[in-house]
Amino acid sequence: MKTPSGWERLRAWFLLPAWIWMAVLFTAPFAIVIVYSLLTRGAYGGLGLPWTLENYQRLLDPLYLGIVLRSFAMAAATTVICLLLGFPLALFIARAGGRKNIYLQLVILPFWTSFLVRLYAWLFLLRDTGLINTALQGLGLIHDPLPLLYNDGAVLLGLVYGYLPFMVLPVYATLERLDPALVEAAADLGAKPWPTVLHVILPLSAPGIRAGSILVFIPALGAYLTPDLLGGGRTVLIGNLVQNQFTNARDWPFGAAISVGLMALVGVLVLLMLRREREGLV
Amino acid sequence: MKRWLGLYAAAVYLFLHLPLVILAVFSFNSSRFTVWQGFSLHWYRAIFQDQQLGESAWNSVIIAVAATILSTIAGTLCAYGLWKRGSTILSGSLYLSLVTPEIVMGISLLALFQWSFRWLHWRLGLHTVILAHVAFSIAYVVIVIAARLRTFSPALEEAALDLGATEWQAFRFVTLPALLPGIVAAALLALTVSFDDYVITSMVAGVDSETLPMVIYAMARRGASPVINAISALIVVVFGTLVLISERVRES
Amino acid sequence: MESILELRDLVKHFPNHRAVNGISLRIPRGGFYSLLGPSGCGKTTTLRLIAGFEQPTSGDVLLDGAVVNEQKPYQRNVSTVFQNYALFPHLTAADNIAFGLKRKNQPGIERRVREALELVRLAGKESRYPAQLSGGERQRVALARSLVLQPDVLLLDEPLAALDPKLRKQMRLELKQMQRRVGITFLLVTHDQEEALSMSDQLAVMNAGAIEQVGTPQDVYLRPSTRFVAGFLGAVNWIDGVGLRPEVTRISRTLPSNGGRFRPATVTGSVFLGNCVHVLTRLESGEDAVAEIPRSNGTYQAGEAIHVCWNPSDEMTFS
Repeated sequence: MKTPSGWERLRAWFLLPAWIWMAVLFTAPFAIVIVYSLLTRGAYGGLGLPWTLENYQRLLDPLYLGIVLRSFAMAAATTVICLLLGFPLALFIARAGGRKNIYLQLVILPFWTSFLVRLYAWLFLLRDTGLINTALQGLGLIHDPLPLLYNDGAVLLGLVYGYLPFMVLPVYATLERLDPALVEAAADLGAKPWPTVLHVILPLSAPGIRAGSILVFIPALGAYLTPDLLGGGRTVLIGNLVQNQFTNARDWPFGAAISVGLMALVGVLVLLMLRREREGLV
Repeated sequence: MKRWLGLYAAAVYLFLHLPLVILAVFSFNSSRFTVWQGFSLHWYRAIFQDQQLGESAWNSVIIAVAATILSTIAGTLCAYGLWKRGSTILSGSLYLSLVTPEIVMGISLLALFQWSFRWLHWRLGLHTVILAHVAFSIAYVVIVIAARLRTFSPALEEAALDLGATEWQAFRFVTLPALLPGIVAAALLALTVSFDDYVITSMVAGVDSETLPMVIYAMARRGASPVINAISALIVVVFGTLVLISERVRES
Repeated sequence: MESILELRDLVKHFPNHRAVNGISLRIPRGGFYSLLGPSGCGKTTTLRLIAGFEQPTSGDVLLDGAVVNEQKPYQRNVSTVFQNYALFPHLTAADNIAFGLKRKNQPGIERRVREALELVRLAGKESRYPAQLSGGERQRVALARSLVLQPDVLLLDEPLAALDPKLRKQMRLELKQMQRRVGITFLLVTHDQEEALSMSDQLAVMNAGAIEQVGTPQDVYLRPSTRFVAGFLGAVNWIDGVGLRPEVTRISRTLPSNGGRFRPATVTGSVFLGNCVHVLTRLESGEDAVAEIPRSNGTYQAGEAIHVCWNPSDEMTFS
């Protein structure tokens, strides 16, 4: 006869707070959102019956579809640029020998200070009365201020600036574990530095690139603060759309439907990545 | 090639850090325009005279401390429980909570609270913000502690049992002391994440529970003054120090 | 006299591995006992079953006459010295040793810790942390930590494996002397036959989850009951289905006339081992045999025709 393990009992008690968290602060909110997405907007912005799929159908409206596609494009562009900028940096850190940790912390540190402050820094630089414009005007290079802010470019810049560390860290982790003998073998066989990177290092760092891409793409897709501050009202992405439904537009059911759609997308992407990992391609 | 790589890295580091440095430098500008007109601590003095800033900062502190205590305890216990035997549902939920876009988390928690108003007689306020912060911080704590546990030898707990300790005593006298650096690091992490949060907080805060990020956001939208520069510089220094301490503690 | 530890038809099956397949053993009080066997033979699992870290699939573990299957490790009066010592890194040597006493809330902790430290000759190092101690010192702390609780049986899981060879030989003697001094029953698990032979009063040889032979070191070495035991305890020359240890296998250039057995053979090589010489031979009947001879017996060249001879009383036979 098996006696109940003391460890099992301890574990059950220890996991209780987390289960409560999951039920109350994770599953319940999402369940409510799903329910709301099937309801109808009330007269004064509340919620009511009848049950309907209309909110989801509205997503297919060209206006909203456009927003979804632009969000995709923006997230994809952010991911690609982060990869182009971040890979060489990760390579540099991986080869930095004893100073690896310092260089790594130099990447992490600004990220952990304050997201809001980092966005404001770009506001300070890019706005019409910002530093770049006053400097250029002061030097006499331009007369009227350049519209650097409140456009897609500024948002893209902000997204890349915000999520670059998310690409650098996983890629670095993979590069660090790379067997240096492989690079030496390539050199031994006659490969010069750059071709080696292209044909040996890059393919071998695929797992890190995959991980980094997911970690950049998903938050970029659902970004709200960056397009809000750096895009003004002009750049409307999925995140802004959702926020708008829950505040100004007071159309909770529609906002809920968009959120469900977004989460479904996130879920699919995460599942894809997990399956890739399990296939031993790590 | 190493030379080019080094130059490139320097450029990227400049890109990452320069905006913050410029922000900090101009916090000492005596003028409110983006033209340097002399050194001044004027804006720093203004911070301490602004009542709204003071109140919101205090709110942020209360929320951060409360949320950190709750999420660190729950997260540590959870990481330990999962280390004993995993749970795909729990691990999956924690991971999902990390990758969920903040706006989605914000509106879903708002929906939860609004729905709860029918049954419980409360409204949006500090408590809803604290709950919301606990909601997204737990995953961070679990990750840090789980990493720490991976280097912990189960033989130590067996030795404790062997010497007469119950399972709880083994955790309390052997495992917990070993986890302490990780717990401190996780708490510092949760503290900074909570203090800095804007998106989720803005959705679930009440009228009288404004936080510092909310005030900063409003000021930034208005186009406002170098006071933000000064606050930003302070925040960067304080958070930066906390993060550095957290890293040191974690490495010990 | 009732045995302090008894295993009755003990079986432990894991989902994809049958670790222990019916073991019965009686261990008397106060001696030095060993479980010897190759890795994977189930000796460590047996130890864990005795300590309480595993529950038996069937069969019983009895301590001092009572069945303890249901008891947790902290309820059993046995203590384990782990292979890597499992010292608590955040506690000093003294606090490590005091750990069990504090859990049981026993009086006179300080005095008993001091005595334990003296017993293992670590007086003066009580405030050191494990990280500041050498491998041998850590092992002694682990010993003291377990012994201070005065268990019925002290279980040792390959305690010398982590030490370097010279220290190992020294510790064998120390462990043996310590057991004599404290009088507690020691049960040692090891794959090193030299260790088991040199320290044990009695030993059990295990293979594939079962016990092949139980006996004194002399018993199992000189009179092994199975081929496995013979081969595991030392080198064996197999000649005509009979086993011979190299040290009782002799070489002669002339035909021996003292009534012993002999076979014609050719020398295939010679290995100088410092204290003796191993002469490698191939018998006419095809088997290979190694003879261990003293240095003084001269040298043999490869290709020489000699006779391999031995005493019939030295033969190890198996049914």
